[in-house]
Amino acid sequence: MSQRVLDVNGLQGGYGPIQVLHGLDFHVAEGEVVVILGANGAGKTTTLRAVSGMIETSGSIELYGDQIVGRNPADIVRQGVAHVPQGRGTFPELSVEDNLRIGAYTRSDNEVESDMEKWYEAYPVLYERRTQAAGSLSGGEQQMLAVSRALMSRPRLLLLDEPSLGLAPLIVADLFQRFGELNKETGVTMLVVEQNAQLALGIADRGYLLESGSIVFEGAADALMNDDAIRKSYLGI
Amino acid sequence: MELFIQRLFDGLTNGSTYALIAVALVLIFKATTLINFAQGEFAMLGAFLVLVGSTEWFGGGIPMWVAVVVAMLLTAVMAAGVERVLIRPFDPSDHLPLVIITLGLFLAINALAGIIWRFDPRSFPELFPSGTAFTVAGARLSWYGVFSLGTALLVMTGLTLMLNRTKVGLAFRAVSSNLESSQLVGIRTGPTLQFGWAIAAAVGTLAASVFVADPIRQLEPTVMGRVLIFAAAAAALGGLDSIWGALVGGLSIGLVQSLLVQYIGFIPSDMALATAVVVLLLVLLVRPAGLFGTKAVERV
Repeated sequence: MSQRVLDVNGLQGGYGPIQVLHGLDFHVAEGEVVVILGANGAGKTTTLRAVSGMIETSGSIELYGDQIVGRNPADIVRQGVAHVPQGRGTFPELSVEDNLRIGAYTRSDNEVESDMEKWYEAYPVLYERRTQAAGSLSGGEQQMLAVSRALMSRPRLLLLDEPSLGLAPLIVADLFQRFGELNKETGVTMLVVEQNAQLALGIADRGYLLESGSIVFEGAADALMNDDAIRKSYLGI
Repeated sequence: MELFIQRLFDGLTNGSTYALIAVALVLIFKATTLINFAQGEFAMLGAFLVLVGSTEWFGGGIPMWVAVVVAMLLTAVMAAGVERVLIRPFDPSDHLPLVIITLGLFLAINALAGIIWRFDPRSFPELFPSGTAFTVAGARLSWYGVFSLGTALLVMTGLTLMLNRTKVGLAFRAVSSNLESSQLVGIRTGPTLQFGWAIAAAVGTLAASVFVADPIRQLEPTVMGRVLIFAAAAAALGGLDSIWGALVGGLSIGLVQSLLVQYIGFIPSDMALATAVVVLLLVLLVRPAGLFGTKAVERV
């Protein structure tokens, strides 16, 4: 079995007095795509925010064996976690190019420019619009920009929060296909939270089902896809 | 004609100071959508440090321009401390407490300066060569005016380069644009905002020093109170988050003030302050985002 990138045990967290996560256990292994499914309010976003240090948490989150609970987001980024938040989190007033450059903020090597070239090649629309304000891009383009920006930090773990949100179905299908390719080509480990179970499971190795802040089901992507209860509740088939 | 050109020159000269204080307000507004009401008082404090430094430190005082640089550094450090102790602990999205804090700072710094240096006006040493630089149709532009404008242009250029060409500038623009995403790309947002406060204070100190270096003015603790009103109007006119908007706004307010007082007979010169308020009102009514503002003032 390959090395665990992320190992989460008894994770609790929330906002002020409101506890959202009630002791989650999950893990992500090297090179895997893991998806956490769940309805609105199940705690998917909160889970990712806990991993990247954006909220108060307790329990254990190990990144390559290092305990990261209690660290601030800036340090967790430096340990190799890149988080694309819900709503994409681009810098709308900054140019596309500056958005990519800020993604490499924590790096001090001299390959930043060549990495930018790489993403421009992968997504030519970003190159065409490199001097435009990121806020002027379409939703799908912004999602590609947000993912490219996250990858500019050369992360060991990529967190994606509902990448399908607010995008047209065709664009979402294309997006997930690209995520799958990205994982195969670069080997980047991904933890994705999604409501669109079918598409997410299509690129995932394994999945977890989150309900009211607790994990109620876990298994291989195929197993989730074929489970009757999940098919009814989340796949609508 | 001579009088008109003279008024233009006067307006541009005053406008340079308004522009410099306006750009200090803009730097803090960009990052926090907060108007720092104490900006003018930081600047006044800086000007006193220049005065004391150049006349008293080390016996006979240190050279004028060295005193300016030292005062800029000292007020930058002080503003960084204020940001850390009085601003950062509070919720950045709740503006009212922060506004009250900056108002409190306004009063506190003013009183502090009064206690240390008294409220008697003091003459300020010459910063620029005196005399007339050139004459156009009988109207004189002083060297003081030339250097005031030059300082404003230089500061705006320097700030633009810093924001657009350096890593810390990029981080500052990122924090201004999206605080949460800034944390997610690894920017230490607290120190980045603190850097903005420090730069704003340093620019303010330079602005106040240039302002009171005019031979017709003297330095006293209340000297920047009026300037802050003009500067706030200038910043609003320029769009509150635009560096060059602050320059255009500052010069425009300077011109409006000097021309209105000259040509509209019923405005007594003491009412000049009201012109700034009128401009502010018109901007807020007609074009709330200002001339060069990139977005509405209210954020969601």
